[in-house]
Amino acid sequence: MEEGSELSLTIAQIVQRLKGSHLHSQIERQAKECLHQPEIKLESLKEDVRSFLKTSGWERQLQNAVYRELQLPPSHPTAPPEHLKEPLAYMRKAQASWEKRVLKSLNSMSTELGVPLARMRPPVEQKELTNKWNEMGTDEPDLTRFRPVYAPKDFLEVLISLQNPNHDSSEDVSVRSHWGLIQVPLNVRDIPQLRQAYSELNLTSGQLGIDDHAHIHPGIHKKLVLEQDSAAAQQYSRQGCSTGLRADLWALILNSTNQPQDVMHYEQLTAGVIQHDLLVDNLIYKDVKLTASNDDYYFVFEDFLYQVLLCFSRDTAVLEHFKYNSATPPKSFIQGVIPFHGFSMYVAPLCFLYNEPSKLYSVFREMYIRYFFRLHSISSSPSGIVSLCLQFERLLQSHLPQLFYHLRQIGAQPLRIAFKWMVRAFSGYLSTDQLLLLWDRILGYDSLEVVAVLAAAVFAFRAENLMEVTSLASAEAVLADLSTLKVMPLIQIFLFATAI
Amino acid sequence: MSGSGVDIQPVSCTIKPPVYLHIGDTKADAARSGVCVVDITLPFGKPVNIEEITFKNYYTAYVTVRLLRKNLGPEANAKWWTALRDLPLMDNPHTEGGSQDYCSIHRTQMQVEADHVSSVRLILRQPSSAWLTFGLEHIQIFPHTEPDPEKEVSDWLSDLTLVDQHPDLEGLPDPQTVSSSIQQMWALTEVMQTNQTTASIGRFDVDGCYDINLLSLT
Repeated sequence: MEEGSELSLTIAQIVQRLKGSHLHSQIERQAKECLHQPEIKLESLKEDVRSFLKTSGWERQLQNAVYRELQLPPSHPTAPPEHLKEPLAYMRKAQASWEKRVLKSLNSMSTELGVPLARMRPPVEQKELTNKWNEMGTDEPDLTRFRPVYAPKDFLEVLISLQNPNHDSSEDVSVRSHWGLIQVPLNVRDIPQLRQAYSELNLTSGQLGIDDHAHIHPGIHKKLVLEQDSAAAQQYSRQGCSTGLRADLWALILNSTNQPQDVMHYEQLTAGVIQHDLLVDNLIYKDVKLTASNDDYYFVFEDFLYQVLLCFSRDTAVLEHFKYNSATPPKSFIQGVIPFHGFSMYVAPLCFLYNEPSKLYSVFREMYIRYFFRLHSISSSPSGIVSLCLQFERLLQSHLPQLFYHLRQIGAQPLRIAFKWMVRAFSGYLSTDQLLLLWDRILGYDSLEVVAVLAAAVFAFRAENLMEVTSLASAEAVLADLSTLKVMPLIQIFLFATAI
Repeated sequence: MSGSGVDIQPVSCTIKPPVYLHIGDTKADAARSGVCVVDITLPFGKPVNIEEITFKNYYTAYVTVRLLRKNLGPEANAKWWTALRDLPLMDNPHTEGGSQDYCSIHRTQMQVEADHVSSVRLILRQPSSAWLTFGLEHIQIFPHTEPDPEKEVSDWLSDLTLVDQHPDLEGLPDPQTVSSSIQQMWALTEVMQTNQTTASIGRFDVDGCYDINLLSLT
């Protein structure tokens, strides 16, 4: 009975969220129009309309939309809204004070440089920008005075200082001694539990990209795209997506359509970019110039990156996700995400899949509000960066204790090296085809856990070399170049071949 | 779910301060207590039929609910019953999952009928030594209300023929006054249309730009 009432509560919440959405009005219109058809009879009106919607594919679209809504966590009726963002009070507090620091830094940059946070562009400038829209990379504005608001290592310091006031952190050495930097006791999964959860990655099951001629039939991916089945696509991408169909499969899993109203929305955003100039834009320019433009794989996409990121910083639809993001956008900002050093690397790999800006934008926005936002906000979510760091450290301590102890002794805490990989979900560190295989699994399992597992697997792979280093600098040197690594064999061996 | 449409008020009850149990001598308190008892007394002489108990968890791992029920009838003595034993609130007592969640216990989850209850006892357990303290907050008890009796045919027939229903306005002005003022506004626009000028209306800008110079958090 308790399950029944929970189910009806979930159903009521989803109906509430879908009511008034574009899909709702489309289905209503379709249902009204189908009444003209001769097959629909008055006596069995309900069933006939239902079967019509089923055969014409609208039921599938509704299923996809419901599936997407299920991603959001259910909430208790008495829980206040901030509880949905983040249930733990001390984490909310830490996130709030971190945000204050970032905002203060942004404000002081604005006053120091004399650049307003937002200003309307004069018409001459607007015309110039419209002409140059497809080649903004050639524009070389003076960005020397701008510096990134924060870098991942600043954020790491905040995470290290995170403490639960109710946690007993006495200094006694015990079974619970944790050698790592993260002090928060979150529930993270260990290898036996990961083996169960990630059973499709077993050494005995074929993975696309490794065992291409073996068990996987790309034909099945074609069928999924034709049938537009979101849930099945997610299940299949757990074993990797075939390169030719990856773009369609990801768009299907993320339920990111490219209908006329999406294109129009994107065009509205570009008009917004041309009309107003934000301080954040300069930060985006700077970040792209520093990271993506210097990368051998991504420099060709510089113009795309500007087109996507400048629009992203003006998209108020992103504000919706702050309901379940522990972060809060500042009140007088158009949209609350402040880019940090490396932010553009979230978009860069997607440029390999989508060449149309509005589609690229739509997929990136969906990936951001589902996964990437968790990598730079403080929360207790199992996909949050705090859980990922803790999971990485626990995996290392449990299964490579000698290595962890050695690195600790020489002053090279493993998290200090692995953090920058995890914050970017390995973008810019792996070669692109391997990165896309990793992101297949993020979408397939709807979780960022696999990023922490890969980080531990990389350490396990280079363990022999790491045991011989004697300083943090040489440890970093051993792990500096990951571009030759093959992601899936590493993960498979770490999860399924480690002795327990 | 409590209050489907109707706002049910929680019963006013006295929640006694939690009592932490120890083994043996309380002075030699080397280990922290792992069991806590919270007594809730309902108003004297007015036994309640409980619909739901809601609370906010604070690091409690398991909760047991005991009810003191007064039997009506010949033997009017009260007896303690266990309604729910060791309901898990945290997946893992050592980690944060569920540690600060809002929960509710519905009467259908209880193993005995939660009727004629005069006192509720919550026994909290937290076996892990990782936490300094544990307890429950914002405990509320909601009474069971009888559902409306089945409406007879004449009832909903009269509902159908009901004219002049006043919708719930929720602070909006009365439709009659709005429509009369709209008449006046329409007349005004007609006048404006016939006397058009070329004067500009003027916007709220300074020197033709909309500078936003300070970001605020409030």
